[in-house]
Amino acid sequence: MLVNRKLILAHFWLAFAVFGIALTLGAWQMFIRSPIGTWLSNPELYYRSLTAHGTVMGYVFPTLVAMGFGYAISEAALRQRLVGVRWAWAGFWLIVAGSIMAVIPIALGRASVLYTFYPPLIGNVFYYLGVVLVVVGSWIWVALMSVNLSVWRKANPGAPVPLAMFANVAGSYLWAWTAVGAALELLLQIIPVAAGLKTTIDAGLARVFFSWTLHAIVYFWLMPTYIAYYTIVPRAIGGRVYSDSMARIAFILFLVVAMPIGMHHTFADPQVGAGFKFIHSAFTALVALPTLLTVFTICASVEIAARLRGGRGMFGWIGALPWDNPMMLALAFSFVMLGFGGAGGLINMSYQLDASIHNTQWITGHFHLIFGGAIVIMYFAIAYDLWPHLTGRELIDLRLIRIQLWLWFVGMIVTTFPWHWVGILGMPRRMAYFDFGDPAIAPQALSVTLSAIGGFVLLVSGIMFIVILARGMRAPQADTGPYQFALAVHQPATVPVALNTHGLWVALMIVLTLTNYGYPIVTLALSEGTSVPAVYVGAQ
Amino acid sequence: MSTEEAHGSAEVAARVERRWATIAVIIIVMMALLAAFAGIHRATMPQPRVEIIDPSRLHLSGEFVESNLGSVLEANGNVTVRAIGQQYSFTPSCIVVPNDTPITLRATSADVVHGILVQGTNVNTMLVPGYISEQPMRFAKTGDYLMPCQEFCAFGHEGMWGKVKVIDKTDFADRAKGGGRLSCVGE
Ligand SMILES: [Cu+2]
Repeated sequence: MLVNRKLILAHFWLAFAVFGIALTLGAWQMFIRSPIGTWLSNPELYYRSLTAHGTVMGYVFPTLVAMGFGYAISEAALRQRLVGVRWAWAGFWLIVAGSIMAVIPIALGRASVLYTFYPPLIGNVFYYLGVVLVVVGSWIWVALMSVNLSVWRKANPGAPVPLAMFANVAGSYLWAWTAVGAALELLLQIIPVAAGLKTTIDAGLARVFFSWTLHAIVYFWLMPTYIAYYTIVPRAIGGRVYSDSMARIAFILFLVVAMPIGMHHTFADPQVGAGFKFIHSAFTALVALPTLLTVFTICASVEIAARLRGGRGMFGWIGALPWDNPMMLALAFSFVMLGFGGAGGLINMSYQLDASIHNTQWITGHFHLIFGGAIVIMYFAIAYDLWPHLTGRELIDLRLIRIQLWLWFVGMIVTTFPWHWVGILGMPRRMAYFDFGDPAIAPQALSVTLSAIGGFVLLVSGIMFIVILARGMRAPQADTGPYQFALAVHQPATVPVALNTHGLWVALMIVLTLTNYGYPIVTLALSEGTSVPAVYVGAQ
Repeated sequence: MSTEEAHGSAEVAARVERRWATIAVIIIVMMALLAAFAGIHRATMPQPRVEIIDPSRLHLSGEFVESNLGSVLEANGNVTVRAIGQQYSFTPSCIVVPNDTPITLRATSADVVHGILVQGTNVNTMLVPGYISEQPMRFAKTGDYLMPCQEFCAFGHEGMWGKVKVIDKTDFADRAKGGGRLSCVGE
């Protein structure tokens, strides 16, 4: 039973409101950099917009979804009232304050450093402080998830922690440790310079700190999606989780190996030696493991649902799946996009292949397919599934929901596939416009136009999503019953301690991070003469 | 379902899972081995060494003074190209190199982070101020290639496009006879 509905709804509504704004900016950006909208004379506006889009989509939106979903899981899976509601509201308001603080300098053109910061470019100090507040707000959530689980453990000694909560807490720990990289970069390096206390900065070291955050943050974005795969989808389509322990292993693997791999983002950087690049590349390969396990377990879980519905044969069961169920549809779309995105990811993480696509439009295509596609479509599904329990009203217009999901899927494919293509042709990313009159660039015009069209399809889908939820707030009241999570085929009566607690895995995550990052960071921090003068945005 | 049956199906599930997990692990180990093999055998490696340089003194002395930028034919027949990236151009803005010759690109940034990418090739590296980037190159065919800055470097980023002109080996050798630094700026 969800008691703190207001708290959870506040997180979701704020998440979707900022998502709507950032989505609109994204569509606008694609339009003005395409050959159909080349009227923009001031590229500066493009980079302001890009900074806002990235900051919201990268930090604010997924964090709020994970938090709102986390509070809901804590109440529904543990069947206990949320402990620390006041703190939860404090965290929420910190995020509101931080977002407002960050967005003002962005809008004024004083912080066009994109969400990846790029020192020695330095923006207005309030932009960075705003980001810090958002992260601090989210750390309150991390602490609350841990507290709530330990309260439950005391009341249920030795009992298996419900899978949804086990995964939720793993996700929160992953986030807490992941954010430390960027936090160190901001607090030790960027903010002192932005505040005028220092005038030089080690750009290479900053990039290493940021890579600590930049890859694992993707797995933090992914956590709610994977929780939905395992604990919502099988229930929603009438199936069962194939294996409870495999699910736990997948989440533990994410916790342990998602962290120490970020240096594959610096393959082309001069400040990291080849040895650590190779180690991180090999570890990145490992992180494919939990996803491969998940694909298997979820397909098996879905098959169970199909066979319970009378599906027969080697592949005949696929037709027996409830394809008109939005959750089924979202899962299928998410898997397709995860498949394409994952294949691209194997190329990015590869020690050698990366050179052909590094920092091209391919990368933009890749992470939009994974985050904007595979992940966000499950955020939609989570919202649709939770909404009746948060509002006490039923979402009745399933047809509209199906159309919305279809549009998102099609829009994402139309947007990202041409990006992958022009990336292979060598089109650099983050450019406000291109000179399509240049014969060497002209052949890319069609692809860029297609992407822009995809962007508008996504915008339409995003608007529909918000409209459906808003209408759901006013639908007739209904008894929605308690919120349930999927059961496993063999619901465990006991779980081995290693699969029921996080301590060991958190320790392993920290040790691995220190071995994979400690040496490069210490060497860079100690090396003299690597700090360079800061370049202040908007001051030129 | 009797408890015995449940026990049996649990065993089947565990067996299938183990099999799948083994396949997944093998796939991943294979990928890592392939990467290691390609790295060792074909020498397609990211930059191995870390070299530092003071960006505020580039123009005063050392390897990246203006007169030393551009392409130079080394005694062993290889070519070294030295270049600088700064907001919002490369120096030299047009690089001339011979075809079918091992080339070493050495480049750095004078201000913020930039990137060098040569379209249609695997030449792709970051320029981080304070550090020197080294990148091996080799061009099979003569022709003109675009060389954009691939990393956001502030408001003029979209205007930062250099060029690479690959000319015939013998032409290049002719032009390099004087021993100076070559570029195709203004050609
Ligand atoms: Cu640049």
